Amino acid sequence: MEPLLQLFDGTFNGISTGAVLLLAALGLTIVFGLMGVINMAHGELMMLGAYSTFVVQNGFKLLGNPWKEFYVLPALVVAFVVTALFGLLLERSVIRFLYGRPLETLLATWGVSLILQQFVRSVNWVMIAGLGVFSLLFFGGMAVLKRSMPRFPRGAITVLFSLSATIGVLTGVLLGKQFRLAVTKPWFGAQNVDVTAPEWLRGGLALSNLVQLPYTRLFIIALTSLCLVCIFWFLQRSVWGLRIRAVTQNRSMSACLGIPTDRVDALTFALGSGLAGIAGCAVSFLGSVGPNTGQNYIVDTFMVVVVGGVGKLVGSIVAALGIGTISYLLGSGTLANLMQPIPGLFEFFTIFANTSMAKVMLFVLIVAFLQYRPAGLFPQKGRTVEN
Amino acid sequence: MDNDPTSFCNVHPKGNHLLAMSSFNRRRFLIYTSTVAGTSLLIKACGNQPQDSTSSPSPASGGEKIKVGILHSLSGTMAISEKSVVDAEQMAIDEINTAGGVLGKQIEPIVEDGASDWPTFAEKAKKLIDQDKVATVFGCWTSASRKAVLPVFEDKKHMLWYPVQYEGQECSKYIFYTGAAPNQQIEPSVDWLLEKKGKDFFLVGSDYVFPRTANTIIKAQLAAKGGKVVGEDYLPLGNTEVTPIITKIKAALPNGGIIYNSLNGDSNVAFFKQLQGAGLKPDKYPSMSVSIAEEEVKAIGVEFLKGHFAAWNYFQTVDTPASKKFVESFKAKYGADRVVNDPMECAYNMVYLWKQSVEKAGTFEDLEKVRMAAYGQTFDAPQGMITMNANHHLSKFVRIGEVGEDGLFKIVFSTDKAIDPIPWNQYVAETKGFACDWSDPAKGGKYKI
Repeated sequence: MEPLLQLFDGTFNGISTGAVLLLAALGLTIVFGLMGVINMAHGELMMLGAYSTFVVQNGFKLLGNPWKEFYVLPALVVAFVVTALFGLLLERSVIRFLYGRPLETLLATWGVSLILQQFVRSVNWVMIAGLGVFSLLFFGGMAVLKRSMPRFPRGAITVLFSLSATIGVLTGVLLGKQFRLAVTKPWFGAQNVDVTAPEWLRGGLALSNLVQLPYTRLFIIALTSLCLVCIFWFLQRSVWGLRIRAVTQNRSMSACLGIPTDRVDALTFALGSGLAGIAGCAVSFLGSVGPNTGQNYIVDTFMVVVVGGVGKLVGSIVAALGIGTISYLLGSGTLANLMQPIPGLFEFFTIFANTSMAKVMLFVLIVAFLQYRPAGLFPQKGRTVEN
Repeated sequence: MDNDPTSFCNVHPKGNHLLAMSSFNRRRFLIYTSTVAGTSLLIKACGNQPQDSTSSPSPASGGEKIKVGILHSLSGTMAISEKSVVDAEQMAIDEINTAGGVLGKQIEPIVEDGASDWPTFAEKAKKLIDQDKVATVFGCWTSASRKAVLPVFEDKKHMLWYPVQYEGQECSKYIFYTGAAPNQQIEPSVDWLLEKKGKDFFLVGSDYVFPRTANTIIKAQLAAKGGKVVGEDYLPLGNTEVTPIITKIKAALPNGGIIYNSLNGDSNVAFFKQLQGAGLKPDKYPSMSVSIAEEEVKAIGVEFLKGHFAAWNYFQTVDTPASKKFVESFKAKYGADRVVNDPMECAYNMVYLWKQSVEKAGTFEDLEKVRMAAYGQTFDAPQGMITMNANHHLSKFVRIGEVGEDGLFKIVFSTDKAIDPIPWNQYVAETKGFACDWSDPAKGGKYKI
């Protein structure tokens, strides 16, 4: 192969590896970076996005031929909306009580991630019906209680909870007994589900006999760039973006000036979650969609955010592209081949020229780098950083 | 349903205690902790439900029951594969029960979740043996989980039936291996590739014991038969970034060649999706997989796998009366869209082999007698007539299938008779010349031929 083409191929592969990392890490950069919430459920939000894609794809399959090729755009929108709404729910019900307590947030969101994984494995009509009945009774009952009695006895909650839980479980059991397989069959099951890129995203742009740029990779690079532009515009040019930046810089002062910090938090978290959904949709064209899809990305995304410097979009971009390129150059043996003329180095890099060992090398490099710059590539500056 | 909703009362004191120390709104805290706990309870309760209903036995005919353990991962990363193996085992048990049970007694399966966590497997195995006093255990998928429970079964002198194809190099007195040994899957497929597809092999695998051992065997075999390994790479389990490997394959095999694939789990999906994206098509780069069966084809997508090959003992398309019956009953029980695969078939077979051994021994409690009775048992399995050998492995048929349009395998090669198992590999220097025979106390698990 001619060297120029080889160089181009290498660069492209490095960038595309980095683009996947960056897209997956974007939501986390916002949630972790701007809000300081260590969201261990980020991977599972991606998984939700991937599953929404699966559902949309199957819906479009029913519509027949011309339509099923164009499910990607609606799938992106649906994935964004579904995960953003779920993120909103998560923030309102769990995370907002844990602000400023990173360890508790970490544990709580990890718990949420486990619940979500098991949820997609076993979700079926029985479970949805049971949960629905339970929520209706419990939260409805709570609302009624609060309205009718301003200071109701504490025991009432326990009674209400046990009652609605029992009725919920009973509903499920009865439904299961009545309709059997039709309602007890899991929607998705523990198996991976199959998301297939439409015809126009399969295959690739052939540049020569051996160099072919896969369309899915090109698509992801384009999507990542688009997301970056949108986020940049939102944070820098819109009213809510301004508020988010203000709250990030100085929460109490923003609150004093009348910025609804509560709503800003909810919005930021929903935005971060929605981006995770988009990432989930995109990676479903490259990898697997299953209950543990999220687990495959969570470590890499944290790595990107930490190396880039918490709270900096630019940092994440540079870090993701850097990590992607380095791991590709190491893992594919390109670096080893370049070192061919130098005997010692060639042997050294050959040891690291497979995916497992490249990861080892990458972590060593990152640890060394963080010793030298503990706050990452682009550390947060200013007076608020100290506290 | 063993979870009593009222047990939630004990959230109370703990909540109060915590709250006394913080300025947190007590009522809200209670609401949210109980919601979170309640949701997980509901999920658990409802998630367990289908199993409860499937295991409900038909009217008992012989008074007391024989308890057997089923030990697989129902949660965690391995649940993907192991859930359907549990389904197959349940189906065999239900069939046996409907036909009158074993020794006139009904079988009662006790399902435990190993949770894809190897120490949990060992704990649950102990629990099944000590607490539930089961007659035998059907279980495990990964070699790691089998290695974790092995000491338990050896210590208690109990009995495990293991349904999955594996790397060999093991022969325990207390385990029956009903999946393929390497000489019943890997070696014949390499021979077939050498004959039909070419001499240049690129080995890809997940980074754990099975693929590494398998590739050691393949390398030794290729060296002996004139093939060539042009490259070898391993992905950490669950890794989905395969671009570096694809670059290496292109560099090592610029004009096409064979990819021998022992990847497992999620990496397979990424590998085949991206292989196609990079333009490596099965006509020039045929691949042989040892971990992709009907269920995986469904999950990966036929579009990406069409034309690639897999080696197993059983495919859903095997054309025997037993196979047709197996497929039909499975679909009737679990839904028409389900498929069956090799490990499920092995799981189904081993329940019947255990039943036959118990009946021949006339007891299910004296495990020594059951074990001796198992040797030489034959069963008309969906794959053909299989025989249990004194080395605790089965004589089985070997088949190679090509993924077709419908997601099922077109069988392109099949041995005309069952191949006897060789647990200690004869290509690997450390185990060359060893064999296993538990019917003769003088020989045991590893003796020099």
